[in-house]
Amino acid sequence: MITFTVNGTQRSVTSDPDTPLLYVLRDELALNGAKFGCGLGQCGACTVLVDGEALFSCITPVMLLEGRSIRTVEGLGTVDEPGPLQAAFIAEQAAQCGYCIAGMMMRAQELLERIPDPDDDDILAALEPQLCRCGTHMRVIRAVKRAAQALAQAQALAQASEGAR
Amino acid sequence: MLLKRVFLSGIILVAAGGAAALAYAWRGAIPPIAPPAVTSFQPDEVLRGADLALIGDCRTCHTTAGGRTFAGGLAMPTPFGTIYSTNITPDPETGIGRWSLAAFTRAMREGVDREGRHLYPAFPYDHFSLTADADLKALYAFLMTRDPVVAEAPANDLPFPINLRLVLAGWKLLFFHPETYVPDPSRDAPWNRGRYLVEGFAHCGACHTPRNLMGAEVSSRAFAGGEAEGWAAFPLGPHSPSRIPWTEAALGDYLRQGWQADHGVALGPMRPVVENLAEAPAEDVAAMARYLASLGAPAATFPPLPAAAPDMSGARPQSAGWQAAIAAPGTGQPEGLRLFAAACASCHEAGRPLPLGGTDLALSTSLSADTPQNLLNVVLQGVPASDGQAAPIMPGFVSAMNDAALTALVAYLRQTVAGKPGWPDLPAAIAAARDAAIPSPHAGAAR
Repeated sequence: MITFTVNGTQRSVTSDPDTPLLYVLRDELALNGAKFGCGLGQCGACTVLVDGEALFSCITPVMLLEGRSIRTVEGLGTVDEPGPLQAAFIAEQAAQCGYCIAGMMMRAQELLERIPDPDDDDILAALEPQLCRCGTHMRVIRAVKRAAQALAQAQALAQASEGAR
Repeated sequence: MLLKRVFLSGIILVAAGGAAALAYAWRGAIPPIAPPAVTSFQPDEVLRGADLALIGDCRTCHTTAGGRTFAGGLAMPTPFGTIYSTNITPDPETGIGRWSLAAFTRAMREGVDREGRHLYPAFPYDHFSLTADADLKALYAFLMTRDPVVAEAPANDLPFPINLRLVLAGWKLLFFHPETYVPDPSRDAPWNRGRYLVEGFAHCGACHTPRNLMGAEVSSRAFAGGEAEGWAAFPLGPHSPSRIPWTEAALGDYLRQGWQADHGVALGPMRPVVENLAEAPAEDVAAMARYLASLGAPAATFPPLPAAAPDMSGARPQSAGWQAAIAAPGTGQPEGLRLFAAACASCHEAGRPLPLGGTDLALSTSLSADTPQNLLNVVLQGVPASDGQAAPIMPGFVSAMNDAALTALVAYLRQTVAGKPGWPDLPAAIAAARDAAIPSPHAGAAR
């Protein structure tokens, strides 16, 4: 039994300790956002955050995750209430087939937590491990910038209402 | 009165000494030329220069990640501060467009730029002094026929007094002893060619020979191992920590393809070197291998490899045997073995040969070396894919493995797989490797 936190909820899983995190998320916890792409840690479709850092869940045995905090694309928002990154990807229509997008968003989330106002170079460098075979790269870059602006505005609003209180 | 006279003559002596030193240190400018036309160079000379540039690894230091080739500007951290490589495209203002062949030759052989300023030995003129006139002419022809790029290198970030280039005259007096290449008539032509390239253009010793406190190569300990950008440049020849002696054939394959089944994969700063050599003339790389093989092998016989700790019969070609090896925690099974079985075995024990499968870790020099640097770096950073080349890959585990897991894995690999005593001061090495592996805000493109 291995216990960790997924999107804020503590979960215990019974998969074998060498099972890749991706399989545990999809098969045992029914979180199907992270995708199986190459299975070699080379394409990024399986990217999730662990303790705030992006990693490839397809090559990470679950035994390494005892007590740690995992965040998947399901943790960024819901269908009814998409989070800022998800809303930005929808607004920019940044998905074609969409297979890479969950990983793209998790890598972008890590970037925005590190650099709230990234420039093009920051985004290109951060998303370098994520492959997209359709070619929506320019839209993805716009979506990340849009999300950064939305987050900055939300923060400014929050600070303003804090000040008004 | 006497005191005064002694004092005065002292001053005169110091002044004379200073003047002499200045005269020694002072190098005049070589007049600028009008940038030569591309058509003024012979095509076959340009091609030969291109090959020498590959062997010399020029573009690796004179190009930034994502930048224009040979436009310089790469930050090179040294123990003394940061030096930026220069623009060696033929741009007349920011590159070497106004350099004559004489100026180029002086820079390569003596480490003095066209304007007469001493160059820092991060530029390995201590090796390039061996290069022949005809080869420098070919390299010049190649560089002067590249696309000029306007790019000013950032100013070096060096402390006083190292930031004064005149100080380099003293450094050269102490450590720089230029020689011309004298062939050894008792050896065959490929060996001599190999020695000329290894000691000259390829400047292998710049990383593989240890440096003294003043940053100069310790020539008495040639190829005894050095360091580059946080990676160990393993000792070569009689000092090699390899599990299996390097043969001429193995060296040739490794330098040309970037991996060798009995030794492993070129990592870190060696990657661009082998990528360049992959395009260089095959006979030149073979000649380098012949010379490097002639350095010799360790006198001690190699200890037999330890038997694989667990009985993994049936483990190859599938990894099912390794999966079965994982018992529950707390059953006394070493944590490192469990981690290896879970995270590493699916490639490293899959029975697929390099470069499609993982390195046979029992033979890996990263496990048998005196330092855990390269093993830690590769576990944390992985082996990034090469642009446009079929080459080995490995994902990094920097975010997945905490220090406890890494310590357990390294202990298993070093002690059980390599059969060697554990490395001292592993925690400090892990901390340093983790610092190097954590992406800095702009590091992504630098891979």
